[in-house]
Amino acid sequence: MNYHLNHLKELESESIFVIREVASQFENPVILFSGGKDSILLTYLAQKAFYPARIPCPLLHIDTGHNFPETMEYRDRLVKRLGVKLVVGSVQEAIDKGRAVEEKGYNASRNALQTQVLLDTLEAGKYDAAMGGGRRDEEKARAKERFFSHRDEFGQWDPKNQRPELWNLFNSRKHIGEHFRVFPISNWTELDVWQYLLMEKVELPSLYFSHQRECFVRDGVIYADSDYIRKRPEEKVERMQVRFRTIGDMTCTGASYSDANTLEKIVAEVAASRVTERGTRADDKRSETAMEDRKKQGYF
Amino acid sequence: MHEIDYTDMELLRFTTAGSVDDGKSTLIGRLLYDSKSILEDQYEAVRLSSERRGEKEVNLALLTDGLKAEREQGITIDVAYRYFSTPKRKFIIADTPGHIQYTRNMVTGASTANVALILVDARQGVLEQTRRHSIIASLLQIPHMVVCVNKMDLVDYNEETYESIRHDFENFASKLDVHDISFIPISALRGDNVVSRSKSMDWYQGPTLMYYLENVHIASDHNFIDCRFPVQYVVRPNTDEFHDYRGYSGRVSGGIFRKGDRVLLLPSGFTSTISKIDTFDGEVDEAFPPMSATLLLENDIDISRGDMIVRENNIPQITQDIEAMVCWFNERPLQLNGKYALRHTTQEMRCVIKEIRYKLDINTLHRNLEDKHIVMNDIARIVLRTTKPIFADPYRKNRITGSLILIDEGTNETVGAGMII
Repeated sequence: MNYHLNHLKELESESIFVIREVASQFENPVILFSGGKDSILLTYLAQKAFYPARIPCPLLHIDTGHNFPETMEYRDRLVKRLGVKLVVGSVQEAIDKGRAVEEKGYNASRNALQTQVLLDTLEAGKYDAAMGGGRRDEEKARAKERFFSHRDEFGQWDPKNQRPELWNLFNSRKHIGEHFRVFPISNWTELDVWQYLLMEKVELPSLYFSHQRECFVRDGVIYADSDYIRKRPEEKVERMQVRFRTIGDMTCTGASYSDANTLEKIVAEVAASRVTERGTRADDKRSETAMEDRKKQGYF
Repeated sequence: MHEIDYTDMELLRFTTAGSVDDGKSTLIGRLLYDSKSILEDQYEAVRLSSERRGEKEVNLALLTDGLKAEREQGITIDVAYRYFSTPKRKFIIADTPGHIQYTRNMVTGASTANVALILVDARQGVLEQTRRHSIIASLLQIPHMVVCVNKMDLVDYNEETYESIRHDFENFASKLDVHDISFIPISALRGDNVVSRSKSMDWYQGPTLMYYLENVHIASDHNFIDCRFPVQYVVRPNTDEFHDYRGYSGRVSGGIFRKGDRVLLLPSGFTSTISKIDTFDGEVDEAFPPMSATLLLENDIDISRGDMIVRENNIPQITQDIEAMVCWFNERPLQLNGKYALRHTTQEMRCVIKEIRYKLDINTLHRNLEDKHIVMNDIARIVLRTTKPIFADPYRKNRITGSLILIDEGTNETVGAGMII
C-alpha cells in the first residue's frame, strides 16, 4: 500500500480542512457564489466537507443584474440540488435606492459597485465570515492573501498588517463589526482547478465550453454582445466560436477563441495556454494595482 | 506531445529566503520561466513596469513583489506564494525576505515546507543570512535542505571554491538538527544546473536543481507511526436517510487509521472501535496523513471539537505545562506572566507565560540566558501553562500536534508561534 495523495487530493484535503474550520470557528459564515468555476469548485468542496449532511451555510450571490443567463440557470439548479439557502445582494436594487451610482460611458461596468453591495449584504445578514474562491496564482495582490483574511469594520483589507499564518492553525478572533474573508482554494492554480473538475466530473455552466456567440472586439478583448454594453459605432458584432475562461458579469468578462468543447480539451488548452485567465478580464486592466486597490476597499 | 498523467503528480512545498542581490529572484524567475509558468501577459506586464522604472533588464522580482509598497520600495515584505509544475510534481514556493527583521516571515514560510532551498553566493560563501535561514529551517524541522551555491559563473566555475563552501556549510550544519542536506553548484543567471546540466562544470556529477526538486523523497515526510486524529467538526445530518449518523471529521495528523481499529478518546479516556471511515467519495478502509476524513465509532460516546482520537498503546502527552521554542511576531514584546489565547490542533484556550529560559541568537545558535527581553523576530525558549490539558507531541516528532500559536487577547493579533519540545 502506497500512502500518498496525488496533488489534487492533497489540495482537496487542505481545502476541506479550511472549510470545516470556518464552520467551526464562525457563527454565521456564508459562501460567495458567482457562478464562476472557482466558486463552483468551492461549493463542491463544501459539499464534500459536510457529507452526508447539507452545507450548513447559505450561498451568497452578488447579482450585478448583468449576468449571463446560463449562470443564473446553473445557480438555481445547484441551490435546489444542494438544498441550501440562497441569499442575493442586488446591485440594481442598490442603484434604485441610491446606495450606488451607475458608471457611465462605453466601458461602464458594475464591477466596482459590487463591493458596496457585498459589504451591505454581509452586514445586513450579520455574516461573520465569507468564503470565496480566490486563488493566489490569479493575481499578484492575491499571492499575498491569507487563508483567513481579516477585514476591519469598514470591510477593508490591510495588506501590510496581515496576521502571520502558520501550519494549519487559523486565527479567527475579531472585534465586533469586523469580519473575515476565507479562501479555502488559495493554493490551487487554474490548471489544478480544471484537472480536478475533470477528475471529479463536476457539471459546469455551458459558457465554459466552446460555442457560437454574437461577439465584438474592444481593446483586444472579445465581449459577448448584450444590452448591457454600449457599443461604439465602429464596433461590429460577429458570430464567433468562443468559450469563457473566467466568468464575471457580461460587461467585464472576455471570451477567447476556442473549440474546446469537453473538459479534456479544456485541460489541454489551459495547459498549453501562454496567457493567464485574467488576461481577458477588463476589470484588472484598469491599473497595475487594480486588484490590490479593489481588495483594500472590500472587494472579493 | 505525449500525455501527462497528472493524477499521479505529487505536491511539494519549498521555501526560499534571501535579500535583494543574492540572485533569489533570478533563480525563481528561471524555475518559473523554464517550466513555462510565466505566461506572456505576466511577462509583458513585468517588462513594461521594469521599463517604466528605468531598469535596463526585465526585473523578474516584480513577478513576486505584488503589493504597492513592495514595488515602490523594491523589497519583498511578506510571504509570496508562487506556483509551478512539471509533469512529475506541482510546486508551491513560499518566497520570503531574508533580512533579520523578517524572521517571522521566514518562519511562516518554513512552517509547511518539505524542502528549504538555501542560496549561497559563490563569491561570498556562507554568510550570516545563510546561517540564519538554515537555523530557521532546522528549528521548523523542514525535512530536506538543498544548498545552491549560486553565481558559479562569476568564480569561473571553480570546483575548489564550491568544495570549500560546501565544507564550511557542513561544519556549520553539524550543529543543526537537519538530516538530509544536498549541495548543487548553479548559475541562476546562465541556467547552469538549474533545469539543464551545466556544460561548464564537468566535475559535478550530481543532479540539477529541478531534478532534485522533482525526485527528493517526500513520501515519508508525514508521521505514519503515531495515530493522531484531532476532531475538527461533528457531522450530524439529522435526515431520515442518515438518522443516527454521528461522524467525527478531521484531518489525520499522524499514523494510519483503519476500520476495525481499537481507539482511545482524549480527554475522556473511553475506548471504542472504528466502525467506518467515511468520505464523500464513499467508504475507505484506511485514512492517513494528510487526508481529511470522517470517522464513525461503534459506541455512542460524547465527543466534540478539540478532542483527539488516538490508539490505546500510543498516546500523546496530556499536559498543561509546555516547554516550547517560540518565535515572536509582534511589536509588543513577550510578557513574562502575560496571558494569551493559545491555539493547538483544533483546541483554543488561554495560557500564561511562566518562564523565559533563554533567547536564541539565530545567527550563531548561542543561548543568551541574560537577555530575556523578547521582541519582534526573536526566538526564545519558554515555559507556559494552559487552562486545560492539550494533547501534544514534541514538534520533532510531529509538526502538527507539536505546534501552537499565541494570540493577543486585546488586539486579536497572532503574536507568536511555538514549537513544543
